[in-house]
Amino acid sequence: MNQPLKQHLIDPEICIRCYTCEMTCPVGAIQHDDNNVVVDPDSCEFCLDCIPVCPTGSIDEWRVVETPYSLEDQYGWDELPEQAEIGEGADGGAEALDPAIAALLDDAHKGAGGKARAPESAAKPTINMYTIGKPATATVQGNFRLTASGAETDIRLVILNVDGQTFPVLEGQTIGVIPPGTDENGNPHLPRLYSVSSPRDGERPNYGNVSLTVKREEHGVASNFICDLKPGDEVQVTGPFGSTFLMPDDPEARLLMVCTGTGSAPMRAFTQRRARTVGNKSGGMTMFFGARSPEELPYFGPLKKLPESLLKTHMVFSRLPDQPKEYVQDRMMAEEESVAELLADPKTHIYICGLRGMEEGVEKALTNIAESIGTPWAALRDVMRNEGRYHVETY
Amino acid sequence: MLDLINVSYDTQIPNNVGLSSDKKVLKALEKWHPGYINWWNDLIPQKFQESMVYLRTAVSVDPKGWAKFDYVKMPEYRWGVLLAPQVDGRTIPCGEHKGQPAWQEVPGEYRNLMKRLIVIQGDTEPGSVEQQRFLGLTAPSLYDMRNLFQVNVEEGRHLWAMVYLLQKYFGRDGREEADDMLRRSSGSEEAPRMLGAFNEETPDWLSFFMFTYFTDRDGKMQLESLAQSGFDPLSRTCRFMLTEEAHHMFVGETGVGRTIERTCQVMNENGITDPYDTNKIRDLGVIDLPTIQKKLNLHYTLSLDLFGQEVSTNAANAFNAGIKGRYQENRIDDDHMLTNDTYVVWDMVDGQAVQREVPALTAINMRLRDDYTRDAAGGVGRWNKIIAKAGIEFELKLPHESFNRKIGVFAGHNFDPDGKVVSGAEYDAGLPKWLPTHADGDFIQSLMKPVTEPGKYAGWINPPKVGIDNKPGDFEYVKLHMA
Repeated sequence: MNQPLKQHLIDPEICIRCYTCEMTCPVGAIQHDDNNVVVDPDSCEFCLDCIPVCPTGSIDEWRVVETPYSLEDQYGWDELPEQAEIGEGADGGAEALDPAIAALLDDAHKGAGGKARAPESAAKPTINMYTIGKPATATVQGNFRLTASGAETDIRLVILNVDGQTFPVLEGQTIGVIPPGTDENGNPHLPRLYSVSSPRDGERPNYGNVSLTVKREEHGVASNFICDLKPGDEVQVTGPFGSTFLMPDDPEARLLMVCTGTGSAPMRAFTQRRARTVGNKSGGMTMFFGARSPEELPYFGPLKKLPESLLKTHMVFSRLPDQPKEYVQDRMMAEEESVAELLADPKTHIYICGLRGMEEGVEKALTNIAESIGTPWAALRDVMRNEGRYHVETY
Repeated sequence: MLDLINVSYDTQIPNNVGLSSDKKVLKALEKWHPGYINWWNDLIPQKFQESMVYLRTAVSVDPKGWAKFDYVKMPEYRWGVLLAPQVDGRTIPCGEHKGQPAWQEVPGEYRNLMKRLIVIQGDTEPGSVEQQRFLGLTAPSLYDMRNLFQVNVEEGRHLWAMVYLLQKYFGRDGREEADDMLRRSSGSEEAPRMLGAFNEETPDWLSFFMFTYFTDRDGKMQLESLAQSGFDPLSRTCRFMLTEEAHHMFVGETGVGRTIERTCQVMNENGITDPYDTNKIRDLGVIDLPTIQKKLNLHYTLSLDLFGQEVSTNAANAFNAGIKGRYQENRIDDDHMLTNDTYVVWDMVDGQAVQREVPALTAINMRLRDDYTRDAAGGVGRWNKIIAKAGIEFELKLPHESFNRKIGVFAGHNFDPDGKVVSGAEYDAGLPKWLPTHADGDFIQSLMKPVTEPGKYAGWINPPKVGIDNKPGDFEYVKLHMA
C-alpha cells in the first residue's frame, strides 16, 4: 500500500495567474494552461521558494493523498478538493501519517495523561513531507561531542544540511533517520526518531540546516551510525513529524522546561528560537536539567553563558562525588515557590522531555507544588493539556 | 566579500549592488534622495504619513526570505535598490546580437534608445502614486488601505530602481532624467507625466482596482519584456520588480472580484434577478454590473493605448538590438530574431478594420498587446465565475480592441464595443451605455465612505478570502494616526 503523502497544490479560486511562482520554481515543477496554474507532484522538491513570492496565499495549499492528483486533475479544477478522509483525521492534528510513526509519537506523549494539543499560538507544523518511500537526502556538516572527553556518556550534536530540499521543521518536532543496511530479517531499517535541537530557521540562521542531539547507545543501530557520521556523509531522513509538542509563538508565554540528557534537544531549539526572535523581551523560560555530572550534561558550557532574563537554568546532578543524589524533581521541590507561581499563571507552558523514568518523580513534584497552592494537580494538568500548555515526550 | 543576495544597510539606501563601494553613484543617489522624500511627503495626506502601516519590505532577492512584513510609517519605508542575482554566462536572448554575452554596460550605439525606455518606464511609477494620492481618505477598509499603500511604496521603489540605472549607467544625462522624474507630475498642465493613462484621475476605489488590474498589467508586460533585455542590469532590475508587481495585479483582480461578489450577494438577498435593474440595485448601496462593465471598457481601452502603434519601427529596433524581448521570450520556440516571420496585426482599409500579416519584427508591440489581452481575459473569466456562481445572468467581457482608442490604427474611428463600425450619431448615442458617465462616477463616488474599524468593510465590497501575510480577518492593517 502507498504511504499517504503530502501534495503541494494551488487554490484556483484564489490564484490570480501571475505565474510568479512558475518563474521562481528552480526545477520547473509549476506550469499553467489557460485555466489553472498547477504543481507537478513528480518534480516538486518542496523547496518552498514559491511560497513567499505568491501575492495571494493561494500557493500554500497542501493535501494528504494516497495517490497524488495528476496535472490533468489539477487543470480541470474550479476549486480545490476538500481534504479526503485518510486514516484518522489525516492532517487534522495528526502527529504523523505513517501509522508506525504516529504510534511512536502517541506513546512518547502519553505521559501527558490525555490527548495532547498544540499551544494556541504555535506555528502550523508541516508533517510527513518526506517518507520512507520518498526520503530527503541530508549531508552531514558537523558532528561534535557535547559531553566531556572522559565521560562515560557520548552525546553528540550532529548538523545535517538539507539545503535545496528545504525541511520546514519547527522546534519540538522530530525527524526520522534511516540507518543504512538491513535488519536481521533482511528488511531495510525503519527510521528512528530524533527531536531537532535547532530552531526553525536552522542551526545557523538561513543555512537550511538542522541539528540533532544524539546519545550513543550500546548496540544501537541508528545511534552508533549517527554518532560515527563524518562531515560530507549522506543520510536519508524522513519527516518532519509531530504536531503538538511545539512552542508558543506568543512572546508573553512563559516556558517551564524539565529535561534529562538528550531530552534537552527540543529545549535547546526553543531557547534558540526565543534568543533569535524576542530575546529577553519575553515571558521568560525556566529549565530544570538533570544529568549524572557536569561532564555528562550536554550544552553545559553554552548554557552557563545564557542570561537569566532569557533562560533561568537549574542544573541538577545525580552522581557528584561526596554529594547526595539530586534529581530534577528534588530541585523543583526546593524551588517550590517559583514553580508554584508558574503553575498559577495561565501563560505558563510546561514541557517535560527525557527518559520515561523521570515522569513519575516530576509528576509527584508537580502534584505537591500544585497542592501547596490549593489546586489539585490532575485537574490543572487536564486544563493545561487541553489548552496546549502541558507537553510530555518521554522514551 | 560583496553579498549580492541580502540587502546591505551600510548606506542610507538599502541595496544589493555594493553602493558603499561605488562612491560616485552613491553620491548621486544621496543627492536625489531628499527630493524624493519631499515628493513623497508632499503627496500623501499627513495623517497617513504618521500612521503605522503593515507593509512588506523587500529585504533580499532570495525567494525564501525576500520580504518581511511589519508596521512601518511610510516615510520611513526602506526604499532600496535591488537587482535579481546575476546569472552566470547569461546571453542576449533575441535580435541580431542573440547568443552574445549580455551587456554589463550600455553599448554606445543603443544608449539613447535604452535611456528612453528606462525613462518612460520610470515615469509611470511616481505617476500612479500621484493619481492615487487621495484614495486613502475613502478606503473601504483598513485592509484595502494597506494594499493601496503597499502598491504606492512599491511603485516608489520601482522609481528608485529606474533612477539607479539612470544614475549608474547614463552619467550626467541620467542624473537630469532622474531629477525630471520628480519634476513632472500627473495631470499637470506644464509638466505632465509622459503617458496619457498616467495623467487620468483615479477618483474612486473601483477605478483604482480597474487601474491596477488593467493598467498595472501593461506595466507588468513592459517589465516582462524589459526583463528579457540584453542589458543585464536592466533585466535583473525588472525581474525583481515583477515579484512585487504581482501584488498589484492581485489588488486589482481581487478588488474588482470582491466588488462583483458583493453586488451579486446583495441582489440575491433582495430577490433581484435582473442585473439591469440599475436603480433598485444602486439603492441598495452596491455597484450594478453594467456600470462595472463600463469601467472595465474604459480602463482596458486606455491601457491598450499604452502599447503604442501596432506596427512600429522603434519596437522593431529595440527587439533587434536585444534591448527588449517579447513576453516570456525564453519560452518561445522560434529563432528569436524574427528574420522571416510574420505576425497578424489590425489595420484600417477603406474605413473597415482588417487583419493583415506584417513582418513580425515590426509587430512587437502588437504581439505584446495580444499577450496582454490574453492575460487580462483570464481574470475577466474568473469574475464571470463569481457571477455565475451567484446564479445571475450576466457576463462581463473585454470590449473589442478597436473601441475607444486614441493611439494606433483605430484612433479617430467610431467603433462600438463589439468592434462594429458605427456612425458618429450612433456612437454618441451609445457612449452612455459603453463608458462611465458623470452620473455613474457621481454614484460610485457617493459610496466612497471610509471604513476604519479593523475587520469591517464598506457595504459595496466583500472582505477578502485570505488576509495579507495570513493575518486573521480583524487584523489592524493600518494603525491610524489620530491627530
